[in-house]
Amino acid sequence: MPVIWPIWMIPALPLASFLIIAALFLRPERARFAPYVLVAALVAALALSLQAALGLWHYPALAPLEQRATWLAIHPDSAAGARLTLEVGTLLDPLSALMLVVVSLVSLLVQIYSIGYMRGDRGYGRYFAFMSLFSFSMLGLVVANNFLEIYVFWELVGLCSYLLIGYYYQTASAANAAKKAFIVTRFGDVGFLLGIIALSHAGATFNFMQLQRLIETGGLTPFFFGQSVFVTVVALLIFSGAVGKSAQFPLHVWLPDAMEGPTPVSALIHAATMVAAGVYLVARAFFVFHASGSALVVVACIGAFTAFLAATIAVTQSDIKRVLAYSTISQLGYMMLALGAGSVAAGMFHLTTHAFFKALLFLCAGSVIHSVGTNDMWEMGGLGRAMKWTAATAAIGALALSGVWPLSGFYSKDYVLASVATSSGLASALGVGGREVLLGLGLVVVFLTAFYMTRLWAVIFTGKPRGGRDQQGRVHAHESPWVMLLPLVVLATLAVFAGLLNHGSTGMLLNRFMGVGEAPHGEAQWLVWVSLGLALTGIATSWAIYGNGRNGVAAVTSAPALAIYRFVQRKWWMDDFYHGVVARGVLAASRIFAWVDRHVVNGFVDGAAWLMGVGGRWLRQAETGQLQLYVLVLLTAVAAAGFVLAYLGIYVGPALATGP
Amino acid sequence: MMQSYLQLHHYLIVAALLFAVGAFGVLARRNAVAVLMGVELMLNAANINFVAFWRYIDPARLEGQVFVLIVITVAAAEAAVGLALVLNIYRTFGTVEVDRVNTLKG
Repeated sequence: MPVIWPIWMIPALPLASFLIIAALFLRPERARFAPYVLVAALVAALALSLQAALGLWHYPALAPLEQRATWLAIHPDSAAGARLTLEVGTLLDPLSALMLVVVSLVSLLVQIYSIGYMRGDRGYGRYFAFMSLFSFSMLGLVVANNFLEIYVFWELVGLCSYLLIGYYYQTASAANAAKKAFIVTRFGDVGFLLGIIALSHAGATFNFMQLQRLIETGGLTPFFFGQSVFVTVVALLIFSGAVGKSAQFPLHVWLPDAMEGPTPVSALIHAATMVAAGVYLVARAFFVFHASGSALVVVACIGAFTAFLAATIAVTQSDIKRVLAYSTISQLGYMMLALGAGSVAAGMFHLTTHAFFKALLFLCAGSVIHSVGTNDMWEMGGLGRAMKWTAATAAIGALALSGVWPLSGFYSKDYVLASVATSSGLASALGVGGREVLLGLGLVVVFLTAFYMTRLWAVIFTGKPRGGRDQQGRVHAHESPWVMLLPLVVLATLAVFAGLLNHGSTGMLLNRFMGVGEAPHGEAQWLVWVSLGLALTGIATSWAIYGNGRNGVAAVTSAPALAIYRFVQRKWWMDDFYHGVVARGVLAASRIFAWVDRHVVNGFVDGAAWLMGVGGRWLRQAETGQLQLYVLVLLTAVAAAGFVLAYLGIYVGPALATGP
Repeated sequence: MMQSYLQLHHYLIVAALLFAVGAFGVLARRNAVAVLMGVELMLNAANINFVAFWRYIDPARLEGQVFVLIVITVAAAEAAVGLALVLNIYRTFGTVEVDRVNTLKG
């Protein structure tokens, strides 16, 4: 039998790193040791994750490997045993094993990169402490074996991204972006919590595997509706949590602002931790979605629409990190679309490859920003000469994201589209026509993705330096240190070859690992050519407009075209809508509540004090200082009490003696 | 026991009158010493009641007499403390008229 080390050690390592850094290395003069603690912890975590995954690969019968410990039993004395047991535990199955490897690998590379990127920052120690906590939270979320535990880590991930997005808390925009990320995701989390409560109430357990068994056998005891409606409601509630975390429409607005954090944080958030959590949650709770066809359709539609919405916005943005952020939202839409089509393997495959090339692209962007000192791509240009390594790795990332053969993005995106094209669930719920619409959206996004990635790369790395600032910037433009380039090269290698994970030549390794039969291609062979053709067309179109320092769009003057461009550039008015309607509505409501609080609630408190004051002022008249008046009142009161008692025939005193 | 014309209520009437005189002294006299004397009269009215009730209701039990002795003791202590207070009031205010000692008021 193989030895699989206890899974709880994997999240425990970054936690230990967090505690060590917090205790010893926060002070600036000792902070230079902090990253090595975290890197060591993540190397060990990666080794443990790999051996866990390999253990499962060689001995599939081991899965699911669960370790459980009771944390708290509610009503343990009742005759029927405990009503509800809260437990902590770990669950190792192919899904969590894959995720463990991805998360610890990408985290490790991002941390190595951070050593160089954050050098000289005042909060060096604090940065790595938060990063440790972030890795701990995400790894804990991945290995959780029940909903309560996953929710705890879910919120921890949210907290960490709040702390890291607001890392430069002195600047107002970073502080606001952190708040926005925290509050917007909170909207989804409320639904998630309600879903957990409803589901655990109906199943009397939080445990994934027990709940799965209950749903499959119809053993739930829902307290409203029948089982099928109940499961749909619960699935949608859980999905609302994923919508918030994975930045799906309509809660996607926080992710582009989240770039206010240091760039490696963006890389981590966009690739391996925060947004991946939402996709992972849907995959983890897939048994709930699987039991409800309509919930899956909602997931697919939201995913497809988000992919399209974000891809169009990405075309018009000029901030590097914003383009990448919208690209992430768009790709997350793909993952949700795949999950909605019923293919966990496709969703997780795209999550894996996306983690590699999106982390790569963010780290490249960080390298560029580090060197040029601006985020605006129109102030860059011609950087390819000075930064050969960055330009080359960024090109690999861009091609992978665009889905060009034979890079990893091609395979995963193709798998997503194929799973949509062949999804029987979507066809039966939406009709074949409805399914084709989703597929069509997916294909349009392929074109858009290739378009905006080529635009980004061409504007930054080709042509001549632009603008006054750039003359200076170009002089200073320099290649980043090796500690930043090493992760780029590793990630670029992964971005190239990760497609092999699920390639015919390796016998669809990932599919077999996840326990899915064959690839869904069979009847959708044409799709490969269509999507590759669209990607190449997108690259060519974009190059024609933006290549070699051109800006073809600047020549467009037709009014309707400009109107559309502005509409997309303003992010479909979504931010303005939230700002103008939602935020103002909340502010108006809060003003009403504030008035009520100030005048009604406070009125009661102030009124009580006022009453006491007035009463006191009135009563003090009686305190004259005239001793004899007091005695008069005393005697009168005693006499009056005596008369009243006598009149009522009430005797107060010791028991009367009844004769000798 | 020889038949007496004096009944319980005669004693009670005397005690009540004595109490009323004492109360009048306490309430109406301005001289602090006279107020103290009024208090003594009220205490003694109570003493008469104790003794009368003991004698006419249950002579076998001694509580009535015992209470009277306690009241006399307390009255002595009260007179001592009261006169000391009066002396201090006189030193502070230069008067023993209770209606002029009214600085403790709201």
